[in-house]
Amino acid sequence: MKNEMEIIFDAVSDNESFARVAVAAFITHLNPTVEEMADIKTAVSEAVTNSIIHGYGNLQGCGKPGRDFPSGTEREVRPGKVRIHCILENGILHIEIADTGTGIEDVEKAMEPLYTSRPDLERSGMGFAFMEAFMDDLEVESRPGDGTKVRMVKKIGIGEWIA
Amino acid sequence: MEQIRVGDFRVIDNCLMIRLPEEIDHHGAGIICENADRYLVREEVQNVVFDFEKTRFMDSSGIGIIMGRYRKISCFGGRVYAIHLDRQIERIFRLSGLNKIVEVLES
Repeated sequence: MKNEMEIIFDAVSDNESFARVAVAAFITHLNPTVEEMADIKTAVSEAVTNSIIHGYGNLQGCGKPGRDFPSGTEREVRPGKVRIHCILENGILHIEIADTGTGIEDVEKAMEPLYTSRPDLERSGMGFAFMEAFMDDLEVESRPGDGTKVRMVKKIGIGEWIA
Repeated sequence: MEQIRVGDFRVIDNCLMIRLPEEIDHHGAGIICENADRYLVREEVQNVVFDFEKTRFMDSSGIGIIMGRYRKISCFGGRVYAIHLDRQIERIFRLSGLNKIVEVLES
């Protein structure tokens, strides 16, 4: 059985919880374990947050410039959308989270644990490390100016039996 | 946004107790940091206790919150504690190495 869904939403931090809950709802009929559900929600949250903060430079939710991070370091906010595309097939979830923001110059560096391009924002630099740890497979495609696509794969429970 | 209190802040002796919300992500992280820092400056607390009793979801933004507070108080000899971790949050602590700088108390 194959099942597919796609959502497109504004790149604002209010939508972070919507995004992870939507993906979680999409897979509930596969009876995922509590742990699998938490893994997927965390991974989606990381990727979507990256798109919003780094891809589109939307720092709403990071605090106040001048107090929580040096003012003047805010880049221009580029209004944009984040697109999530999920395919469920034979108990395996494929997620693609894509933005059309700035893109990443050095993907390998960005994926290093503890590396953050914005240390001023109190980000931990663990986003990609979490996606890698919580999902079975992670692939990042990005070019400066071209946006970023994060593809993740995870097998869910005894999937095929129930689906 | 200022008047919304995500989490619950209380000062007991020289400890700042922070009851974290049900979900911790980047969206709510700024306001938690802001409130915590206000207490750290005003009340001259030495230690911080993060209480995860209500928390069911946390992503790496939560690590940023804790590491940030740790940096601010550790140079004055303060310590950071965490209580009521569920299994998922415990995993996140282990994965990120947070359990090496934060004392996780069994409840």
